[in-house]
Amino acid sequence: MSKSILIDTTICTGCRGCQVACKQWHNLPAEKTTNVGSFQNPQDLSFDTYKLVRMNEEIINGKLEWLFFADQCRHCIDAPCLETAFDENAIYKDSATGAVQYTKTTKKLDADEIIGSCPYNIPRKAVDGTLAKCDMCNDRIHNGLKPACVTACPTGAMQFGDRDEILALAGQRLEKAKKKFPKAMLLNPDEVNVIYLVGFDPELYTDYAVASNDRGGLSRSVALRKMMGPFAKMMRV
Amino acid sequence: MTNHWIDIKNSDCILIMGSNAAENHPISFKYVTQAMEKGAKLINVDPRFTRTSSKADIYTALRSGTDIAFLGGMIKYILENNLYNHEYTAAYTNAPFIVGEAYGFKDGLFAGYTKNEEGPSAGSYDKSKWAFEMDANGVPKLDRTLKNKKTVFQLMKEHYSRYDLDTVSKVTGTPKEDLIEVYKTYAATGKTGKAGTIMYAMGWTQHTVGTQNIRTMAMIQLMLGNMGVAGGGVNALRGESNVQGSTDHCLLWHIWPGYLKTPRASNNSLEAYNKKWTPKSQDPLSANWWQNYPKYSVSLLKSFFGKTATKDNQFGYNWLPKVDDGSVYSWFDIFDSMYKGDVKGFFAWGQNPACSGSNASKVRKSMEELDWMVNVNIFDNETGSFWKGPGTDASKIKTEVFMLPAAVSVEKEGSITNSGRWMQWRYQGPKPLGNSRPDGDIIMELGQRIKEAYKKGGGVFKDPIVNLKWDYETNGAYDPHKAAKEINGYFTKDVTVKGKLCKKGTLVPSFAWLQTDGSTSSGNWLYCNSYTEKGNMSARRSQQDAPNNIGLYPEFAWCWPVNRRIIYNRASVDPKGRPWDKKDWVIKFAGEEKDGKYVSKKWIGDVPDGGWYPLENPDGSKRKDSKHPFIMRKHGFGQIFGPGRADGPFPEHYEPLECPVEKNSFSSQMVNPTAVVYNTKADAHATCDPRFPFVGTTYRVSEHWQTGLMTRPQPWLMELQPNMFVEMSEELAKLRGIKNGERVNVTSARSSVECTAIVTKRFKPFKIGYATVHQVGVPWHYGWRWPATGTEESANLLTPSAGDPNTRIPETKAFMVNVTKL
Repeated sequence: MSKSILIDTTICTGCRGCQVACKQWHNLPAEKTTNVGSFQNPQDLSFDTYKLVRMNEEIINGKLEWLFFADQCRHCIDAPCLETAFDENAIYKDSATGAVQYTKTTKKLDADEIIGSCPYNIPRKAVDGTLAKCDMCNDRIHNGLKPACVTACPTGAMQFGDRDEILALAGQRLEKAKKKFPKAMLLNPDEVNVIYLVGFDPELYTDYAVASNDRGGLSRSVALRKMMGPFAKMMRV
Repeated sequence: MTNHWIDIKNSDCILIMGSNAAENHPISFKYVTQAMEKGAKLINVDPRFTRTSSKADIYTALRSGTDIAFLGGMIKYILENNLYNHEYTAAYTNAPFIVGEAYGFKDGLFAGYTKNEEGPSAGSYDKSKWAFEMDANGVPKLDRTLKNKKTVFQLMKEHYSRYDLDTVSKVTGTPKEDLIEVYKTYAATGKTGKAGTIMYAMGWTQHTVGTQNIRTMAMIQLMLGNMGVAGGGVNALRGESNVQGSTDHCLLWHIWPGYLKTPRASNNSLEAYNKKWTPKSQDPLSANWWQNYPKYSVSLLKSFFGKTATKDNQFGYNWLPKVDDGSVYSWFDIFDSMYKGDVKGFFAWGQNPACSGSNASKVRKSMEELDWMVNVNIFDNETGSFWKGPGTDASKIKTEVFMLPAAVSVEKEGSITNSGRWMQWRYQGPKPLGNSRPDGDIIMELGQRIKEAYKKGGGVFKDPIVNLKWDYETNGAYDPHKAAKEINGYFTKDVTVKGKLCKKGTLVPSFAWLQTDGSTSSGNWLYCNSYTEKGNMSARRSQQDAPNNIGLYPEFAWCWPVNRRIIYNRASVDPKGRPWDKKDWVIKFAGEEKDGKYVSKKWIGDVPDGGWYPLENPDGSKRKDSKHPFIMRKHGFGQIFGPGRADGPFPEHYEPLECPVEKNSFSSQMVNPTAVVYNTKADAHATCDPRFPFVGTTYRVSEHWQTGLMTRPQPWLMELQPNMFVEMSEELAKLRGIKNGERVNVTSARSSVECTAIVTKRFKPFKIGYATVHQVGVPWHYGWRWPATGTEESANLLTPSAGDPNTRIPETKAFMVNVTKL
């Protein structure tokens, strides 16, 4: 059974404990930032920032809302980046956890192609072209721990568990949330292992909150490779 | 907190006002969220829309410094709409008390006022004018119908009749419809069985009316029957993990451990001291718990001086320093004296006054007058390095600074007491690095060396030092268990108490066993019961809840007093001992009943506030062997009328010392007539001054802590909040031509600080009458030493030297500034 994470943005307080916990567990360097007129920092995900709480102030139905979106890799069930890379030494899925893993070998890939394949705009490249993103704290999971971000969450906005449990929980939480947020929805729950619950139009949180047909996904050559299945590797189409 | 963190989950309505719990107490939101999932409403009132507001059902803004007007309007609303809890108010509060003829209130002044031209206190009251009327036995006269014109209830009604929606809205800048929505929602908790809670912090305390801000809410909580119940209470969110503990153990100049009084010069004997501070009640139904004062003071002296404290030498009372009558030694006064050159040496222990002190320029200047300073901290800070700070000339500063590196909290064993009064034992994690040492070791060795010096060299008055008991060492190191046991207290000789033989040297089971004859010691009576012959209660970790299942977890850690998790819990039951709230009950009487009378005593649930019988039998007859529930009050009642406060028995709205309005709409008294305002050259103030047109306030953010000493050197946190900033509305930014993200100057009458502008929808201009008033906010986490640019400075350079008359806490939450482009 693969693992899943639920991120209920309706009870997220934007404290950013998850963002720091991620840096701490992965021992990632801090970025040199400046305040550009917002609490959000850094401004985007990067090779050194796998998790970022995006913050937006929106007037919705005449009322001010401060939206927090703890952005990270969705660990897609059929991950376009993995399909695109087509190299298990670079990108693979841990069959025990469902976590999509990037290795140092990603340096050999066409980084922009991989990034372009992600419907959620998550992977980021180093100067040398190596790619990085959230690894679901796969090492922690194998040692009986929850991902660092989930452990740090004070309100219970982030939950971790077996996929069926998390899906069930997501359904329950959605029902609850709908009472306060009639437009509440789960984002691509059937396609991803990191499921967001949002209270408002997903595009208000970030441009890439939901997968969209007009961007990301598989390029034609990748689709072809996929169609040809196991033979593709042999033929290197 | 009268209640505790977990208990927030039991609330039906949570008011977050004067705090920003989601950002500054993030874990509290676990319980706020749980309450909301069960249907509780969350109300947030704050000048600025915060991360707390983002989760609130109802958010509205008020101008900083107008909380009493806002809450005074709520009192009027509750009374006018008959929403107070009649039974509770009449039974458990002093609303039925008759106030004496001398009491009066006119145009912002209560009876008994005398102005003080010299300062720093602007004036004071003769509080005897506010006394209650007593019957022939010396018991307060009561009118339980609350109809008598001189009852507290009627006087309150009259006092707040002036707080009508129009005036309140004009003062606070809060729209009337928002006021009504908040009042209506919160007042709904007055219904029996419903509970409302308040989560407040420095947004309420740090004003010239700070104490009265909290008093106003306490009155509301009493009227709505929200004290003593689960999900209710008056809950201060403490700003540091152990602020509660350090306050309990006498952090402040005017109190001793366990809230005993610091002796005054006029308390010239132990007898005079005990007589002065022990309240007397003639009412047999009043527990008047402080009548035990001498037991606690003598036990404390026994703890200080051990064997050398005897009855013949008044247990060493005369060895103690006394404070001059009428003098005040608060933070402000210490630095005022230092500024004037009257203080020669200074221990800055675990603090950073160069950034945390209000009017920090004065604080920094003051330190130049010192001969020496000892900075005990985990890192060097702006205080230890003040002599090389901005604008200083080190060659002209004589102060010699010593740095003693201290261990971090996780590197040492000991307890912390959280906001909910839970004393929690912590084991040592990693060992201290380098030559850093635990505070306990530092102070223990310091004490030993001073004692040796006095023993050898004599000294002016060596008795207190030489006789001080100082035996907290095991194998050459400070032993936190010895200190914790000392705080709990010992029997100092074999003695029979309550028919039980207590052996010399054993630990006292609880403060009910403390004695006035020197046969017991206790370093803090409130903590007596925390470390007993049964072991270290604070180290307990059982996750078993109590039978009422409301999250008391009575065997997880320990809380004062006597492990009572919700104080004043006898007000959570009706006079017959039955819980008002049948579902989330705190305690209930479970004694046997015979012929309509209770015949045996038994309470279940939390530790009751005294185990007496309920006030009434099941048949409604009154019992003579009961006590009123508010046992720490002299008369046993919750104080709607508070005649002990320096600034009046009823809270009244006054403007902050620095404010944007020419007139106080409620009276011709602009500022609290008893406020404390300092007036050296370094204490400039400017009110209604066109040079400083905007209201300013200070606050914290999730990403930094206090003066930032522990967080600014932490790159992951600096990544999140790298710069000193000022938040302002889009309207103000437009007015000043300021772009989002641009650097600007924020200036007050005292100083100027460079900030990054955050132009946000989360601040909105206030409509104050016909005028538009803008407000801005700055975090106080920065200081010149780090980041290395030196450009990110402390917000406290801007804040004023003015404070509350009861506590002298500074007014950092409302002052006037200007904002200009660089």
